[in-house]
Amino acid sequence: MKLTKLSAILAGCTLMSSAAAAQTELSMWYHGAGNEVESAIINQIIDDFNASQSDYTIALESFPQGAYNDAVQAAALAGNLPDIIDVDGPVMPGWAWAGWIAPLPIDEAEFADFLPGTKGIWNGTLYSIGLWDAAVALYTRQSTLDELGLRTPTLDNPWSGEEFMSALEAAKASGNYDYALDLGTAWTGEWFPYAFSPFLQSFGGDMIDRSSYTTAEGALNGDAAIEFGEWWQGLFTDGYAQATQDGADRDAGFNTGKYAFSWNGNWAAIPTLEQVDDVVFLPAPDFGNGSTIGAASWQFGVTTTSEHPEGAAEFIRFATQDKYLAAFSDGIGLIPSTASAALLTENYASGGALEVFYGLSEAQALVRPVTPGYAVVAKVFEKALADIANGADVADTLDAAVDEIDADIESNGGYGN
Amino acid sequence: MFVRKLTESNAAGWAYVLPSFGLLVAFIILPFFFAFYFSLTNQRLISPNPTEFVGFENYRNLLSVGTIVLEPERDANGALIINDDGSIEYPRLRSFTRNNPEYPHLDRMREWFSWQTGPNNELKRVILARDVVFMRAMKNTFIFVLVVAPLQASLALLLALLINQKLRGINFYRAVYFMPVVISIVVVAFLWRLVYDGENGLLNNILQAITFGRFEPVDWLGNSDTALGSIIGMSIWQAVGFHMVIWLSGLQTISPTLYEAGKLEGASKWQTFRYITWPGLRNTAVLILIVITMQAFGVFAQIDVMTNGGPLDSTQSIVFQAIDRGYGKQDISGGSAISVLLFLIVLSVSLIQRYVTRERS
Repeated sequence: MKLTKLSAILAGCTLMSSAAAAQTELSMWYHGAGNEVESAIINQIIDDFNASQSDYTIALESFPQGAYNDAVQAAALAGNLPDIIDVDGPVMPGWAWAGWIAPLPIDEAEFADFLPGTKGIWNGTLYSIGLWDAAVALYTRQSTLDELGLRTPTLDNPWSGEEFMSALEAAKASGNYDYALDLGTAWTGEWFPYAFSPFLQSFGGDMIDRSSYTTAEGALNGDAAIEFGEWWQGLFTDGYAQATQDGADRDAGFNTGKYAFSWNGNWAAIPTLEQVDDVVFLPAPDFGNGSTIGAASWQFGVTTTSEHPEGAAEFIRFATQDKYLAAFSDGIGLIPSTASAALLTENYASGGALEVFYGLSEAQALVRPVTPGYAVVAKVFEKALADIANGADVADTLDAAVDEIDADIESNGGYGN
Repeated sequence: MFVRKLTESNAAGWAYVLPSFGLLVAFIILPFFFAFYFSLTNQRLISPNPTEFVGFENYRNLLSVGTIVLEPERDANGALIINDDGSIEYPRLRSFTRNNPEYPHLDRMREWFSWQTGPNNELKRVILARDVVFMRAMKNTFIFVLVVAPLQASLALLLALLINQKLRGINFYRAVYFMPVVISIVVVAFLWRLVYDGENGLLNNILQAITFGRFEPVDWLGNSDTALGSIIGMSIWQAVGFHMVIWLSGLQTISPTLYEAGKLEGASKWQTFRYITWPGLRNTAVLILIVITMQAFGVFAQIDVMTNGGPLDSTQSIVFQAIDRGYGKQDISGGSAISVLLFLIVLSVSLIQRYVTRERS
């Protein structure tokens, strides 16, 4: 049904687009090559836009996600950036600092009802806006909770750190699972800072001192961070989780009953719903400083080299209509950026299967450190967590991570902070 | 007439050389000078800041080492404090290396390795390094070269001797041994990740089958004791066929008359190898040794695909660090400094090899 509607619109647009030859052409790059559903939606938006007005046409070029950042980097160095690009939330400050993307020529007030994680704000300026966000939750089965005699945590009353650990202990003691918790350590890369730094924040630490953004000293190696590190190491030494995980176990382990709990994103929820009838999505535990989860996904921005920023802005304004937010959500399961769009979706409307994720995103989301130095912070943090999981000394490892982050900030002249 | 003129003309010779020479300059010689220049600056991959000249700062950050002797902690009676695991308790290094004005030369250094010393072995001498990860990368790379070069060369020679026989279907074996060389190292590394898998890997399954289940499965790549060895094993297997072919070409240049003469004199198999085959392979051996050494110093793809340098830095390598810094952490100057160091290391090792294997008259 959805697909036939889509193709009807697409067919209609192809007919109309032939009349658009005299318009100004704006180039746009997008990271979703290889994903058919995603491509269909973005093409539909562009065709709708081209047909809706007579000043501009958008020419889309798609890249596979793995090669996208490299392509933008190369194009920026060669001076060949398109007019409109999409950018991953935590990377945005780096690109803004490098002078590749310009402040969004749209008043921030127009996005007042957007989820905070979808707004790319650096140094008080809006640079990019996202059509969706993502959220992480603790997957488990209702039957697991019942069998282990555990209270169901809620957004207002999440599990405390002790409750979470006794839940893991109960799952381990039951002997029904290979491991109590699936953290997703198979997913190296951005997953580590995105998924695990919220635990650190819940302990009271952070990847970097967000008041100055010029050092990680005290934030990443203070008492709270060391406490977090000891807890993190304990998850592996006490046998609750695996430090090295098979990719196949990450994809299918929870659904086949290998793990009692799984720390996973909303993008994995639809296949799980199909295979696990009584799956429930629980909020992150509170280790003393509140529950948080990561935020910010891909967002649209305008490059500094664009000769028609007003045209680019017009397209972004067009693309951020509720119906397109809903189309992306229905197509690939993402969290729509506005509550009004959520009502139009299959999964995030009230009573929808993934409604809980919208609540999580709204209540707990905290963007990753908003600084051009994030690229290095993320890599250093990932290595520190992997080393600690493999048994490295917690304080020494965190100290080394702090030194590396600080040295990088220093050699970059403070990244403009 | 025209053809002759062309082949004898000096200008034509240069014209023939030009394309490859131009490519060499553009992609090897110029980048090398760039790397040398960048290593003396604070050049970043992405940055609006102007590039500054920093002298040898990047090299100092990579290579600085320090040392300190730790006194053991004592309780109120002056007795040693012994940990649960029986080791002597020492003050934490971070109390000396972090914000301690009495030890400015140790600021921000980390423990590299240590040993017990002094009377009753109560003191602990610690060697610290500014960049422990790079030190480990150097150590791992040298281990890799020292194991791979002799093992791969001798295994390749053995295979070459085996397939240098006139047997039916010998070409089949030649093709089989050469196959891994033709496949991209990245693909091979992905496949070996499955072989080394900690739970259902092929290697664990085989070992369990031949020990009737007594063998405990090992997470080959997830364990810091086995990860480097696993990568070494896979690397030897992957490239052994290439060197086998070079050995084979060397074997086939040895005149059959020498073997016939040896046979007439009643030489044993070992004597034939020792006094005819091996001397005949001299130049081939020098070539293979130098080629393997240079290739082994550049170990990267396997590590990038299989372990990312982990666990606990047990598989870090010099080239992996250069790329991780220069590209991943956008620190072109640091990556360049590592590349220049690697160049100096490989150059000196090759010169030593040339000297040791020189023709003695």
